[in-house]
Amino acid sequence: MSFVEYGDTIKDGDTAIVFLGHESMFPVKVQHGTVTQTKYGVIRHSTDLIGKKYGSKVTCSKGGWVFILHPTPELWTMNLPHRTQILYSTDISLITMMLELKPGSIVCESGTGSGSLSHALIRTVAPTGHLYTVEFHQQRAEKAQEEFREHGVEHLVTVTNQDVCKNGFGVSNIADAVFLDIPSPWEAIGHAKSALKAEGGRICSFSPCIEQVQRTCLAMEEYGFTEINTLEILLRVYNVRTISLQIPDLGKAAEDNSSTGFDSSKPSHQGSPCANLQQGTVQFKSGVPLREVVGHTGYLTFATKSLM
Amino acid sequence: MLKSLDTAWAHPLAAENFVDQCVEVSVRKIIFEKQWFYLDNAIGHIYGTTFEVTSGGNLQPKQEVEETTTETKEAGTDNRNIVDDGKSQKLTHDDIKALKDKGIKGQEIVQQLIENSTTFRDKTEFAQDKYIKKKKKKYEAVITIVKPSTRILSTMYYAREPGKINHLRYDTLAQMLTLGNIHAGNKMIVMETCAGLVLGAVMERMGGYGSIIQMYPGGGPVRAATSCFGFPKPFFDNLHEFPLSKVESLLSGTFTTETLPSDPEENTLVEEESNGLSEEKQTSLQETEEEPAPEAPMEINPAEEQDTMDINAEDVEFKENKEKENKENVREKQMKQWERRKKLKEAAALLSEKNADGLIVASKFHPTPLLLSLLEFVAPSRPFVVYCQYKEPLLECYTKLRERGGVINLKLSETWLRNYQVLPDRSHPKLTMSGGGGYLLSGITVILEKGKADSSNSEALKMEEPSSKRCRLQDLPC
Repeated sequence: MSFVEYGDTIKDGDTAIVFLGHESMFPVKVQHGTVTQTKYGVIRHSTDLIGKKYGSKVTCSKGGWVFILHPTPELWTMNLPHRTQILYSTDISLITMMLELKPGSIVCESGTGSGSLSHALIRTVAPTGHLYTVEFHQQRAEKAQEEFREHGVEHLVTVTNQDVCKNGFGVSNIADAVFLDIPSPWEAIGHAKSALKAEGGRICSFSPCIEQVQRTCLAMEEYGFTEINTLEILLRVYNVRTISLQIPDLGKAAEDNSSTGFDSSKPSHQGSPCANLQQGTVQFKSGVPLREVVGHTGYLTFATKSLM
Repeated sequence: MLKSLDTAWAHPLAAENFVDQCVEVSVRKIIFEKQWFYLDNAIGHIYGTTFEVTSGGNLQPKQEVEETTTETKEAGTDNRNIVDDGKSQKLTHDDIKALKDKGIKGQEIVQQLIENSTTFRDKTEFAQDKYIKKKKKKYEAVITIVKPSTRILSTMYYAREPGKINHLRYDTLAQMLTLGNIHAGNKMIVMETCAGLVLGAVMERMGGYGSIIQMYPGGGPVRAATSCFGFPKPFFDNLHEFPLSKVESLLSGTFTTETLPSDPEENTLVEEESNGLSEEKQTSLQETEEEPAPEAPMEINPAEEQDTMDINAEDVEFKENKEKENKENVREKQMKQWERRKKLKEAAALLSEKNADGLIVASKFHPTPLLLSLLEFVAPSRPFVVYCQYKEPLLECYTKLRERGGVINLKLSETWLRNYQVLPDRSHPKLTMSGGGGYLLSGITVILEKGKADSSNSEALKMEEPSSKRCRLQDLPC
């Protein structure tokens, strides 16, 4: 296994994802002799994990069970230890497509942060591309490097511990795309431009505040970027539920025996609400939005460097 | 660098709308957006070059022009005294046409319009900016030629031909590619009726590594949009296709290549559809603009119609040659049949391994039967993503998948996308927004324990979807 290549069987040294139930999972480093505690009991790596197929159900000591999943950057994003606020797959998806990333692409990124986006970028540019990621916080840079090694992707990434606004990405004229998620991206636009290939490339800046976006757009224009475009994307999740609504008792017309209006005794057609005569309710399936949703992550500004 | 036979995109340099046309650079004359020009001069230039269309229809690299900053811009403070009576522009349609016919550059025309506008100097600076931008967009014939990509193709299709892609908005497509963990080396199953756009997007993210089996309804897969990506030939070596009509037989073990799906002349179907885009675009342009129908420039697959035989019946020698030709045709057809059978067997074998790394579905069909059957070919612990223009079929799909078991982390979602105008002191979301970009149902496969499916279902449901603590009477989990 690795984050850039699927494997079938769980091996010693793998990072696997333990899935306990809806939205409940955590990563685990598979190692001979170790045990992992879960609320359903103990998982013994040597007997329960190593050699089993990914996607297997594993019964824990207390009787409950879990599923062991192959890691993906998306699962990693949902489960990684946060050292900073991270980017989630919704933004990551749009960034990947709008930067036109694909196998072989060379990407520059700053800041590395907790490595959420980094893993996704590495996956997309593998096996022939490369990610140059810059992080000004020393411990975070080291932790990221360590994780890339553990996940079998270190050959695809170079972590540099420096300030991108002062010293750039450490490379020039080789990148197909540059991504910025830093407090003052306008200070790095010049460095971004020089990191990008001479023939051109794409740039993206992610900022939570509109004021940052304004300054960044101005800087992009000053440095000759074109097709400057700002947008935001939000995820709306729906829970699939069967809903029962009561039919109100509107009484009966004086002389008339048959009920008027909504007749719950009519046979139901396929797809239409099915009436429940006993309880006077109507059932239907609905995609119910969550009570609280993410209303804002940040603005994404994309632009193109062209030769003119 | 632009070469002959490249696939390229031409789009006007209006930042807001990337209204483009996909063209193959072997076709020299392009007509679109009320403009026509020859591509010849573009060859040899680097992708991303901006050209001006001269009066002769030739492309000329655009010179970097210093914006003529009219010093001390005379401008007003608000519009309280500006009356919109339609008479503020002194140049008439005919005047402007005359300027155009004289070959006057777009820039000059815009300048003329400004000078002949009685209200221009009363407008605020912002309003003047907006006015100039609008006129430039209309009169400056500037084209940029860019390399095709999923980004460009998906935004273009959504803007111009959403019906062909089931209204799949580009950000939704972006989600599918990421949620599906599409990357080099995968063995993907793709089922789409989006003119081949989704297939192309998947191919781009796989970079030619791995393999794809495209499931198709009817006689053959539509790959009109796929050809617009301009992939190198090797990308197609590991692209297989398999008819949906054979899926049941494959799953039940009764698959045979004896009866092939309806087999029109191989190229004809693909050609029809591949021409469809430009032709239909031309037609829709026709409808809206009532311009004389231009010739359809795209020609991707020359028809191999060897059947047209003009018979001069008297000529015996001719008849003999015709018989020879007939025999050759029959042989050729047999060869093609044999090829098709062979490819079909290969695709069937690949599917039968039941170890695909993922499944992507984006079609006009109801998703449930597709999912329930195609998931059988996917390995455990792999993602799958289904797109549907409507939410309700996915509600049903979700329920059926729960009943089937073998899937976890089911999520029904849609994305909301908003564009912004960012200008100093004028930043705000843009005025128009897409009402909907479709819905996605995604999940991960796990090992399906067929025997236990029923009895442990409630337990499984508890596992996979613990009931929320606030469980109201009316609110039953499915």
